[in-house]
Amino acid sequence: MTTLSLGGGRTIPAKYVPVLVTACLFVAMFVAGGIRYEGFATGQIVLNVFIDNAFLLIVAVGMTFVILTGGIDLSVGSVVALSTMIAASLMTGPGWPPYVVVPLVLLVGSALGLVMGYLIHAFDIQPFIVTLAGMFLARGLCYTIGTESIPITDPTFTAFAQTRIDLIADMWISPSVIIAAVVVLVAAYVLHYTRLGRAVYATGGSEQSALLMGLPVGRTKVAVYTISGFCSALGGVVLSFYMLSGYGLHAVGMELDAIAAVVIGGTLLTGGTGFLLGTVLGVLVLGLIQTVLSFEGTLSSWWTKIVIGMLLFAFILLQRLFSARTRS
Amino acid sequence: MDAPAPILRMSGIGKEFPGVRALDRVDLRLLPGEVHALMGENGAGKSTLIKVLTGVHTADEGAVELAGKPVAFGSPLEARQAGISTVYQEVNLCTNLSVAENILIGREPRRFGRIDWQRMRARARELLARMDLDLDVSAPLSSYSLAIQQMVAIARALDVEARVLILDEPTSSLDADEVGQLFQVMRRLKDEGIAILFVTHFLDQVYEISDRMTILRNGRLVGEYLTRELSQVELVAKMIGQELEALDKLHGEARSFATPLVEARDLGRPGAIEPFTLTIHEGQVVGLAGLLGSGRTEVARLLFGADHAAGQLSIGGEPVTLRTPRAAMGHKIAFCSENRKRDGLIEDLTVRENIVLALQATRGWTRPVPREQQDELVDKYVKALRISPPNPEIPVRNLSGGNQQKVLLARWLILEPRLLILDEPTRGIDVGAKTEIQRLVAELSGGGVAVLFISAELEEVLRLSHKVAVLRDRRMIAELPNDDELTKDVIMETIASGGRT
Amino acid sequence: MRRLLWPILVLAALLLVNLIFTPGFFSIQLREGHLYGSLIDILRFGAPLILVSLGMTLVIATGGIDLSVGSIVAISGALACLQISQDQGLFAAVALALGLCTLLGAWNGFLVAAVGIQPIIATLILMVAGRGLAQLITDGQIITVNDPAFKLIGGGYLLTVPFGILIVIAVLAITVFLTRRLALGMLIESVGGNAEASRLAGIRARGIIVMVYAFAALCAGVAGLMISSNVSSADGNNAGLWIELDAILAVVIGGTSLAGGRFSLGGTVIGALIIQTLTTTIYSIGVPPETTLLFKALVVTAVCLIQSQAFRDKVFHRRGRAAPPRPVTEEKVRVST
Repeated sequence: MTTLSLGGGRTIPAKYVPVLVTACLFVAMFVAGGIRYEGFATGQIVLNVFIDNAFLLIVAVGMTFVILTGGIDLSVGSVVALSTMIAASLMTGPGWPPYVVVPLVLLVGSALGLVMGYLIHAFDIQPFIVTLAGMFLARGLCYTIGTESIPITDPTFTAFAQTRIDLIADMWISPSVIIAAVVVLVAAYVLHYTRLGRAVYATGGSEQSALLMGLPVGRTKVAVYTISGFCSALGGVVLSFYMLSGYGLHAVGMELDAIAAVVIGGTLLTGGTGFLLGTVLGVLVLGLIQTVLSFEGTLSSWWTKIVIGMLLFAFILLQRLFSARTRS
Repeated sequence: MDAPAPILRMSGIGKEFPGVRALDRVDLRLLPGEVHALMGENGAGKSTLIKVLTGVHTADEGAVELAGKPVAFGSPLEARQAGISTVYQEVNLCTNLSVAENILIGREPRRFGRIDWQRMRARARELLARMDLDLDVSAPLSSYSLAIQQMVAIARALDVEARVLILDEPTSSLDADEVGQLFQVMRRLKDEGIAILFVTHFLDQVYEISDRMTILRNGRLVGEYLTRELSQVELVAKMIGQELEALDKLHGEARSFATPLVEARDLGRPGAIEPFTLTIHEGQVVGLAGLLGSGRTEVARLLFGADHAAGQLSIGGEPVTLRTPRAAMGHKIAFCSENRKRDGLIEDLTVRENIVLALQATRGWTRPVPREQQDELVDKYVKALRISPPNPEIPVRNLSGGNQQKVLLARWLILEPRLLILDEPTRGIDVGAKTEIQRLVAELSGGGVAVLFISAELEEVLRLSHKVAVLRDRRMIAELPNDDELTKDVIMETIASGGRT
Repeated sequence: MRRLLWPILVLAALLLVNLIFTPGFFSIQLREGHLYGSLIDILRFGAPLILVSLGMTLVIATGGIDLSVGSIVAISGALACLQISQDQGLFAAVALALGLCTLLGAWNGFLVAAVGIQPIIATLILMVAGRGLAQLITDGQIITVNDPAFKLIGGGYLLTVPFGILIVIAVLAITVFLTRRLALGMLIESVGGNAEASRLAGIRARGIIVMVYAFAALCAGVAGLMISSNVSSADGNNAGLWIELDAILAVVIGGTSLAGGRFSLGGTVIGALIIQTLTTTIYSIGVPPETTLLFKALVVTAVCLIQSQAFRDKVFHRRGRAAPPRPVTEEKVRVST
């Protein structure tokens, strides 16, 4: 038995390796950018990445929950768009106050997630298909509300959009970053310190086993899609702070960015393994790529996609090699 | 001596599935502080009874009483909360989580709703210590062997105040040491007054550990007996409902073999099996004996090209390198794997498709086996092996374990192999099918086919083989001719002594 | 055939709805030597989706999924149009485009079969990067071409029948031949059902998987040519956008499980037709086209619910209590003991 207990000790740091690699990549990109471009290596550049991607970070947090259970949520981008659309139309049209509109938007997003989770759990339909239907539904609802972009002029929203929170040494963040940070912290706490969080990991590890261990697998699955729906709606609210408009074509393809961020952050798409910190780093890496390309100036926007694709490839290959080694 | 009042009493349990009466008014009672063996062949209704007891299925009729009070569980969770814990044959844990979590998930120690990791690890270590296990409880479960995972599953079952512990074939993947360790734990729990329901295919284990047994046959109760009052012969007779045929040797007279077919010289694979040398002749049955994990399957996989090997291998005198199973099949080697579900059958496909699959694979996708030829071959083997139901167009998943095994055998027999490797072909199948498969091996060998026969049951190996290769700790330690002097005891001594004389 | 029942019923219902709103919906006319009619339009406009779905069916049957087909559609159109606009000759352009697509598909297959990456991720790489690649080829512009021979692929007629429909029939025939007359289908189902067992049965799973992804990409490539030919231009950004999702839907509606194993080519064709008919229906019954997606969502949900065993159990269970007991179904329940 003594030899067996040795086997465990070696593998503990193993689960942190993907996150470490992502962190190293981020630092390397930052340093390389700092050497190559004037005025790149400042704290504000990192903060700008947060400011520009706060909504993506919030959405990716929800996606992390779903992917950890071994599921996938394709509806997030559409739900983000729907949220901006509902918020903008209610505030601009009938002139509802934001403190009514925002909770309502969050409720709609969560309810959509809840229904999708229920369909997946109760009728045993593939998450891919159910959330695909959710994606169509939410996008369709956007176009039903209106096909044009609706500007948001509500003073509270514009105040949120224009507020700068000053930090030390001339650095600043927007309120959205604080919202995103709170979401990340709460989510990390839930994943690590609550039964729901552990049930998420267990379900992703082996749904069958989790069921036989008496864990509330069904409730967990419904919960993660509800969380993802909530995060998407909140991401939508934050995006409407950023854009000050509601539009059915907002956040097209954002589900891909969210999935890419989660994967680059070291979470396995099969579920059960990964950390929220990885997702944060994944979003940062994606954001920094765009910053680098904008500093480069001569490169066209489609290079973003190609670079993200190559990064995905590199990380997936790394995970693959890594998991092959731990198994043997 | 008066027995104490039963902690659990199931009476008149009936359960019907469409077309099948799985349980027909079955009674079962478990006494505190006793190990109770639930015996029966495949299809006897053991699993269904356990599933009814643990709330996976609801009974159509009958009543369950726990400590004198009527109960009906709607889910395994409810059963567990009432003190009925189950450990299944396949380890049903989450290997991505830590050992401590696997033991305690669902009832983690918490403070203000927050999981208290420190107390959780301490509690897990405590529970494992009760079983004489010292593991790193924060390591992921995947870093431990299957046997240890099984122990962790039992530790998990113990954490609840269990009054009834159900062990559903817990020993099928454990080696002798580990079985001993498990039995030690079972005895300790028994002394604590827990009633243990034990399901196993190993008769020796039943006699070693159980106090009482209930025998089922075809969904009906045969009876409840005290283990010490029922002889093994009587037990088997009651299980299969007929007298067991004489267990004579099937291989006939000891023969000498002239034509070597497969010669392995220093064939090995680092980490799997140390280099070994083995010659298999045409028409010869070579048995592989050894404990679980001693490298039996690894030998088979190397000879079939399922894993890459180092060393030399020659077939029919020609040196070869087997890089893939396909290459081995080119040399007319066939391999019936141990794990039918994982490495054998395609459950989606029909019986016919499963049978012709390997033949089709050798022809590639561009040259289909003509349908008439398929039907002819399938029909021949369904009849010859008595595959039931004899309808080749139903999905193979609907067949019982024994019949699935026969389908797998048929797949390889139509290739007319020169060497047939059988890895545990009789594991988990009923006695009738077992005898048929053994007889088939003898027939094939009579017809000049070489067979490498792997089984955990030494009696079976002795009964069939012309020579026995003994493995221990992933090393081939001896090669013994199966003459009159070779007995189960000799093999066990060889294993125990590591081949030193 | 029983598992095709629901898809066929849904398709029939959709067509009937159209007949109510458009009385002449089923009529097919011969005008100027060309076949005209709503049914022909459904087939014509649905042709690219059917093609992509056929390839997708085989991929899904191996237990995989191909998210990159939409990007491949864009790449194919972009490359062909670029070549034609540079006067490279139609044949060379088409061959080059389809060659590149097949190569990209083989790359997907390589990642899945040889490197062992989960299909959904392996193809996600090309889904993301492929769009960028298509825009790189067109330099972010929309390339317009004017080549009557190229126009034939997506917009032309041959022997009164739209050329696209003929291509679909040809590809379908080839696929059926490869999978059902030859043994490819059984081997694909075997690999999708249990990859390790298939390897131990001597099946060259890697080769089959690479081939299937290459075939799916080739189908997507042909679909890409059709789409760009139809509008005589290539748009790297929008061509084939979300077609992979429609194709996956078509496959699932057609009764092939996303888990792999058994597949149904007929079901897939019906599934693709359902999706196309739905789009047509929305236009013909006068619902604003913006709501197409809403209807799609509803139909997808309905079809998936109908096909879900759990859903049927629940519905039948409730009925079973109200009505007299049903006779025992012929369904086999595996009794494990």
